[in-house]
Amino acid sequence: MSTATTAVEPAESTYTFSPETLQAVLAPDEAPRRASWLSASVTFGWRAMLKIKHVPEQLFDVTAFPIMMTLMFTYLFGGALAGSTTEYLQFLLPGIMVMSVIMITMYTGIAVNTDIVKGVFDRFRTLPIWRPSTMVGYLLGDAFRYTVACLVILGVGLALGFRPDGGVLGVAAGIGVLVAFSFAFSWVWTMFGLLLRTEKSVMGVSMMVLFPLTFLSNVFVDPSTMPGWLQAFVDVNPISHLVGAVRTLMAGGWDTTDMTWVLVSGVLFTVVFGTLTMRLYNRR
Amino acid sequence: MSSPLCGMKKEDIVSAMAIETRGLVKVFGKTRAVDGIDLAVPAGTVYGVLGPNGAGKTTAVRMLATLLRPDGGDARVFGHDVLREPDEVRRRVSLTGQYASVDEDLTGLENLILLARLLGYDKRAARRRAEQLLAAFGLTEAAGRQVKNYSGGMRRRLDIAASILNTPKLLFLDEPTTGLDPRSRNQVWDIVRAVVSHGTTVLLTTQYLDEADRLASRIAVIDRGKVIAEGTPGDLKASVGAGAVHVRLRDPGQRTEAEWVLSRSLGGHVVLEADPVALTARVSVNGNGDSDRRTAEQAAAALNALAEAGITVDDFSLGQPSLDEVFLALTDRTVDEEKNA
Ligand SMILES: Nc1ncnc2c1ncn2[C@@H]1O[C@H](COP(=O)(O)OP(=O)(O)OP(=O)(O)O)[C@@H](O)[C@H]1O
Ligand SMILES: [Mg+2]
Repeated sequence: MSTATTAVEPAESTYTFSPETLQAVLAPDEAPRRASWLSASVTFGWRAMLKIKHVPEQLFDVTAFPIMMTLMFTYLFGGALAGSTTEYLQFLLPGIMVMSVIMITMYTGIAVNTDIVKGVFDRFRTLPIWRPSTMVGYLLGDAFRYTVACLVILGVGLALGFRPDGGVLGVAAGIGVLVAFSFAFSWVWTMFGLLLRTEKSVMGVSMMVLFPLTFLSNVFVDPSTMPGWLQAFVDVNPISHLVGAVRTLMAGGWDTTDMTWVLVSGVLFTVVFGTLTMRLYNRR
Repeated sequence: MSSPLCGMKKEDIVSAMAIETRGLVKVFGKTRAVDGIDLAVPAGTVYGVLGPNGAGKTTAVRMLATLLRPDGGDARVFGHDVLREPDEVRRRVSLTGQYASVDEDLTGLENLILLARLLGYDKRAARRRAEQLLAAFGLTEAAGRQVKNYSGGMRRRLDIAASILNTPKLLFLDEPTTGLDPRSRNQVWDIVRAVVSHGTTVLLTTQYLDEADRLASRIAVIDRGKVIAEGTPGDLKASVGAGAVHVRLRDPGQRTEAEWVLSRSLGGHVVLEADPVALTARVSVNGNGDSDRRTAEQAAAALNALAEAGITVDDFSLGQPSLDEVFLALTDRTVDEEKNA
């Protein structure tokens, strides 16, 4: 058994081991300084983008699903609730945008969960880097997907007759708030992604959390038509306030109460679920 | 964090040991995966951890690489406690896990650039370093392909390349050749030798005895979470038996008689091989003195005894026991002890 046998091997590799070349690369000029927290996070964000590049199918979720939602709800409820679909669309579109993006956030948990099963995660965890950067990287990649989803819905909306009074600036501000909140909210999913054993269970839990959170809100109708106990929930549901804030921004206004709710709940999600995520990440 | 004053120097004083563990324990539910392991791995060597499936090798390595928290005992890597100073440990170690620890969706080049960036190389240097390593590991042509399309051998090489990006002081290789063909296995062995000659300490787990024998200067044999033997490959062989005689007879009809003669003469256990004319007997010498000479004397006496009994011997040889025999003997012993307990 000697390495000389490698010479006859064709296809896979004509790799012949040479101690000299290996010795040469083993002596690097000098070890670099440690990566900063920012550069580590951005590098992981780059990884998420590369994954989108190599597995573009994952963009399907962020395009097909929102288009379907917009069309479905506009025509399903439009005539019945507001008399005309165009009129209803002015009210509905910001809400549908929020709902779709919040729904998509669950893919973060699935991505984390599928990565853990593979070995890459182990390598990341043995690196001397700022620990949350791995997770922040996922969220940065996801923020890109959220933005894509928003733009897709906006496109569909404009085609159907959505004419926001806030103009370009108002719409951009609305999307900005939505993406920022979703970034914070996604820490819930990084936590579940680490906590639960299988992709299926992550899906299951995501649905259990997301359905009440998005449907029991002011996305579709004004809460004043709801029974009292339901109104009480809708009023404290952060998604309602997010919808309120985005709707007002796109209509060219500003709602301080809603914005405060969004800000405070965003910070809470980050602090609470970010901490839990990192605890699980370090424990595994 | 280490200040410039006491960085490398302190470490050199603190420990010539790359790894020291005392009573290391990890429990999963009812399984004591690692059950009180003591290890001392001298810096600059290859240390082999040998054990069958489920022995606790991966669990032990993961604790040492800061991936799992020990449930008991302590472990230090170059003098740094894995629990209290995980970052100091992480700066000195790299892990090539049992299952590929590279991202299958990315290309080989992207994988290495990603890691180089995370280790602090700037964009240009990261790319240069990645290309350098790909070339040294014969992966330049495959650099732009997704890792999921790599062969097992290529994947392993990429994995090891990723682990030595920053030339760690301690490299963990968890079953680096399991599932590789003999050629790829040889390549990995050569890589390990080159890495060690450069000054990196390697802790290698394996199920293959010849692998540990070829590469490691010391070996710990573990089974069910416990170290059942430790020492140089030579020590291990000596602890089981100084040697073994292999006998081939002309007439298979004489085998039963030969077995009896050998067992009386050598006082030990005789194995009947699959070949109907072959037998193997372990030669054990107790006490001290020149064990090699006494082994030879005993073997000669056994050959004599066979001749006196009128048994025709075609072939008679005295050899060291293989590590396979060592391993079987050691694990048998723990089974026996358990039965008696
Ligand atoms: N995460 C876990 N949860 C529960 N049990 C575990 C876990 N990891 C390992 N074990 C158990 O601990 C024991 C030791 O496993 P370990 O993977 O360390 O063995 P190993 O020596 O690496 O085996 P192999 O040669 O198959 O890789 C096994 O009985 C295994 O089932
Ligand atoms: Mg293992």
